[in-house]
Amino acid sequence: MATTAENMHDNMQLDAWLDKRLDELLPKKLEEIETSKTPSMSIIATKGSLDWAYPPFILASTAAALGWDVDMFFTFYGLLLLKKDIDAEVSPLGNPAMPMKMPFGPQWFQDFDWPMPNLLMAGVPGFEKVATGLMKKTFRNKGVASVEELRGLCLEADVNMIACQMTVDVFGFDNSEFIPEVTDFVGATSFLPVARKSDVCLFI
Amino acid sequence: MTTVAEKLDARGLNCPLPILKTRKAINLISSGEILEVTSSDPGSVKDMAVFCEQTGNRLVSSNEANESYVFLIEKS
Repeated sequence: MATTAENMHDNMQLDAWLDKRLDELLPKKLEEIETSKTPSMSIIATKGSLDWAYPPFILASTAAALGWDVDMFFTFYGLLLLKKDIDAEVSPLGNPAMPMKMPFGPQWFQDFDWPMPNLLMAGVPGFEKVATGLMKKTFRNKGVASVEELRGLCLEADVNMIACQMTVDVFGFDNSEFIPEVTDFVGATSFLPVARKSDVCLFI
Repeated sequence: MTTVAEKLDARGLNCPLPILKTRKAINLISSGEILEVTSSDPGSVKDMAVFCEQTGNRLVSSNEANESYVFLIEKS
């Protein structure tokens, strides 16, 4: 019959052997798990103006093209990006970093960054319509997709689009105003566990 | 000599459209077949390499000619 001291010695040897084997095997095993896993991304989209509509859809469609699983949660003004017709506009007012350039005319004219006094941006009726038109034209000239096109490509690639039910109620929308592809109308409680499990989580 | 099964003209398109269209075109071909993508977006050179690495498809070649970029991708 083995003594307690012998048992302890055996256990220590076993532990040392296990440690050594784990050090050898674990990195490879972890790498295998990492490479076989499908990456995932969660985006919380909170803004509804034209300039802010682009980043969530560009990132979502690109991630989907890379084969990632993508979930998007649309809340507050972001909810407007799920409407059947996206009528997002952009305002240079209070948007000091926005370059004001013209998408037509000779090159020196296009390169000129127009100084826009706040008084003009705030006071002239239709200024936002003009700014929106200019931004859309600039993007089209540069071969950038429209927001609708990017959203369509996201849906084609099975990006999950989830709407915030609370915002729908607060803004007085009806569920029928949104694209039929919206997978769910839920609250933050339902989306956060999805976001928690994703490799990349962005609040835009 | 590699034979091209499918061609995609992504000239005039800007990020991320060349990659999105490449993904769609890849879906149309079978494993081992070659897709040829032509793009005018200089950013697509690095993007296409990363796209292939991430999706496990093989970037056979990446060349520049007459201000366009030609990529040959073998589907995994």
